[in-house]
Amino acid sequence: MLLLNIDAAFVIEKVILISVILMGSLGVAMYATWAERKVAAVMQDRLGPNRAGPFGLLQPLADGLKLFFKEEIIPDRSTQFIFILGPCLAMLTATMTSAVMPWGPDFTLAGRTISLQVADINIGILFVFGVVSLGVYGVMLGGWASNNKFSLLSSIRAASQAISYELAMGISLIALLMMTGSLSLRDIVGQQHGFWHDGYFTWNFFKQPVGFIIFLTCSFAELNRAPFDLPECESELNMGYHQEYSSMKLGFYLFAEYINMFVSSAIISTLFFGGYNFPFMDQVQAAVPSGVFSLICVGALMTKIVAMILFFMFVRWTLPRFRYDQLMKLGWRSLIPLALVNMLVTGGVILFTLKK
Amino acid sequence: MDIYSILFWFLSAMAVGSALGVILSRNPVNSVMFLILTFFAISGHYILMNAQFLAVVNIIVYAGAIMVLFLFVIMLMNLNADVEPQKGMMIQLAGVISGGILFLVILMGITTAKSETIDPASTDIGLISNLGKVLFTKYVLPFEISSVLFLSAMIGAVVIGKKENVPASDKTEIV
Repeated sequence: MLLLNIDAAFVIEKVILISVILMGSLGVAMYATWAERKVAAVMQDRLGPNRAGPFGLLQPLADGLKLFFKEEIIPDRSTQFIFILGPCLAMLTATMTSAVMPWGPDFTLAGRTISLQVADINIGILFVFGVVSLGVYGVMLGGWASNNKFSLLSSIRAASQAISYELAMGISLIALLMMTGSLSLRDIVGQQHGFWHDGYFTWNFFKQPVGFIIFLTCSFAELNRAPFDLPECESELNMGYHQEYSSMKLGFYLFAEYINMFVSSAIISTLFFGGYNFPFMDQVQAAVPSGVFSLICVGALMTKIVAMILFFMFVRWTLPRFRYDQLMKLGWRSLIPLALVNMLVTGGVILFTLKK
Repeated sequence: MDIYSILFWFLSAMAVGSALGVILSRNPVNSVMFLILTFFAISGHYILMNAQFLAVVNIIVYAGAIMVLFLFVIMLMNLNADVEPQKGMMIQLAGVISGGILFLVILMGITTAKSETIDPASTDIGLISNLGKVLFTKYVLPFEISSVLFLSAMIGAVVIGKKENVPASDKTEIV
C-alpha cells in the first residue's frame, strides 16, 4: 500500500520542525504583546507591566489565563457558526504562512541532511500571498456574524482596505520577482548570500528600495496595524469587528495580529534583508560545524525579525491614524502608480543590462 | 487504492457537495462560503495534476479577491434569507428551463469529448516557468487579446462609476 510507503524519519523530522516553528511563532507573538506594552510605556514615559514576574515578564501568561477563564458570551442574534468560525480563521491564516519560510540553511545530523524549511514549493511567495489574501475572511465573517452595525462597518472597511493594498503589494512584489527570477523563497534567500558580492550589496533592500517601501506600507495595511488600523479604530467604531467577542475568542483575534506581525516581519526579512544571511557568513561557516552554523543563521534571522517587530511598534506609537478617504487615496493614487513605475523601471533596467 | 485516488475522490466529493451547498443554502453568506470551499477543492485537484501555480492563483484570484468582493457586496446590501423577495412562478420556470438546457449542452459536450488522461508525475505544464513560456510564445495572441478584454471591462466600470458632469456652480451643493 502506497499510503504507508513514506519514510518514517522524514515524517518525524517534519513534525518536529512544524511543532518548533508553531511553538516559536506563538512564543514570539506572546512576548510581542509584552514588548508592545513596554515600548508604549517607554515612549510615553511610563513603567509598563511590572507586577507579574521580573520586569513583568509573566504578564502574557497572566493575560492568557485571564482570557481563558472569562465568561464566554455569544450574542443571541448572531449567526453562531460563523461567529465561532471567525477567530478560528484568523488564527488559521496567521499560522499557515510559516510553512514555506526558510528558517536556516541545511545541516547534516547523523548522516541525514535536514532542511530548516517545512515545504520548499516552487511557488513559495505566491503561497504566502494566497494565505495573506485569505486573512481578511476572519475579520469579515466575524464582524458580519456579530450582528452589530459597528462590527459590520468594520468588516466592510477591512475588506476594502485589504483588497486595495493587496494590489500595490502584488505589483511591488512583481518588480522583486523579475530580479530574482524565482518564486521559491529558498532561491530568493540563496541569491542574497552574504552581504557584499561583485561590488554591490546582495540584499534585495539595496536593489529594490522603492519596492521595499511599498511592500512595507502595504504590510502595515494588511496587518490592520496603526496607522492603518481603521477596522478597529475605537474612536469611530468602538472596538470594530471584535466588539461582540469575549473570552478567548477575543484573545484569538488579538493574538492573531501579533502572529501576523511575526510572520510578516519574517517575510520582509526574507525578501528584502537576506533572510538568514549575514555579513562574513562564509568565514563563520568554515570555522564552526554545520549544526552550529545553522543555529547562528537562525539567530541572524530572528534578530532581523525582532528588529522589524520593534519597528512596527515604534510606528504604531508614533503616527496618528489615517482618515478613511486618505487611506484610499494613498492606496489607489500613490502606491499603485508608484509600484507600476517601479515595475517598469525594473523591467527596463533588466532588459538593458541583459542585452549589453 | 493509492493516495492519489483517495485524495481525488475526497476532493471531488468536497467540490460537488459544496457546489450543491452554494445553490441550496438560503443565506447568501453561506453560499459564498460554500463557493470558497469549492474553489479550494478545485485547487486541490490542480495540485494533484502537478499544477501548483494554477492552484495558488486560483486561490489568490477567486477565493482571495473576487469572493471577498462578493461578500463585501452582500454585507453592504445586508441580504438576508428572510428579507429576500420570493421569485414568481414564471421566473422559476424560466430559470429551470434555461438552466436545464445549459446542463444538457454541457452533458453532451462532456460525453462526446475525447479527453486525454494526464499522468501527474510526467506533466509539468502547470509549473510557472513552463506555463509562462507557453503563454508568451504559442498562445501570445489570445493571451494579449484577453488582457484587452479585461482593460475594456475596467474602463467600462470606471465610466459607469464616474459621477456625471455637473456644472461647477451646482457642484458645491452636491458635496
